[in-house]
Amino acid sequence: MKFGIIQFPGSNCDLDKLWVLQDVLKQEARYLWHKDTDIGDLDCIVVPGGFSYGDYLRTGSIARFSPVMKAVADHAAKGKLVIGICNGFQILCEAGLLPGALLRNRSLQFRCEHTFLRIETTKSPFTNAARAKQIVRVPVAHGEGCYFADEATIAEMKKNDQILFRYVDAEGKVVDTASPNGAVENIAGICNKTRNVCGMMPHPERASEAALGSTDGRVVFESILNHLRGSKA
Amino acid sequence: MKAKIYVTPKKAVLDPQGKAVANALHSLGYAAVGDVHIGKYMEIELKATDQAAAKKQLDEMCHRILSNPVIEDYRFELEG
Repeated sequence: MKFGIIQFPGSNCDLDKLWVLQDVLKQEARYLWHKDTDIGDLDCIVVPGGFSYGDYLRTGSIARFSPVMKAVADHAAKGKLVIGICNGFQILCEAGLLPGALLRNRSLQFRCEHTFLRIETTKSPFTNAARAKQIVRVPVAHGEGCYFADEATIAEMKKNDQILFRYVDAEGKVVDTASPNGAVENIAGICNKTRNVCGMMPHPERASEAALGSTDGRVVFESILNHLRGSKA
Repeated sequence: MKAKIYVTPKKAVLDPQGKAVANALHSLGYAAVGDVHIGKYMEIELKATDQAAAKKQLDEMCHRILSNPVIEDYRFELEG
């Protein structure tokens, strides 16, 4: 499968994603410069974490106008896969490819730690390899990860089963103390209505090898591969 | 012309910075302080002569990039 990982000025998780996709999961993967527009051959676009454009104005607000983002919107409109992680999630929300926005953490602290996530639905290209309500241990590293959407939007997302990941405690309970950022309803990751665009604050690429303390994040990439194999079969 | 733009968090949106500053003011003894909201202030120099056209353009800028309508409101004043 062919993956493209976007590099904006200020991206810093691009190499981690290339490593996991290419060296750990043995897939074809290449970097895309933020000015690239030729991405037609790719199966899945990865919008990585970091501090694109210095997080100036609002996180993701400037990156979303990069030329490559027009190509990403076209790619998504064809039903092809896009996943944004951390700053990538912020960029996809700013671009209007995902509902809601990411606010400053309620604690005002930059939080860098392992979190427990509950996979809320397996009916998505990003979670199909998981068990129902599986708990995974995946780290976060962000200062602006407090997911927010208004009540009507949250209700709509629930109706459409768009909430993919919630922060939970080790027992799998949704409690305030499990969330590193104060997100509405402990939301850690979502997908769009057509289920082909995903955004999540935690970093599955930092939990994909035993040497890093957790391999739980691999389930996200394995789900994407499952989905792509299925759609090509 | 010069535009002065104010971007503020919407009422329904959490404003942890405002809360932290309100707490700080209370602990300094300013008991009269109620809610505090923290936003952004921007100044934009515009090469324009027509007020109405400038306002239209500023509205567009505010909507597209300077604010995020999901979480923020904006208003602006135009001088000159």
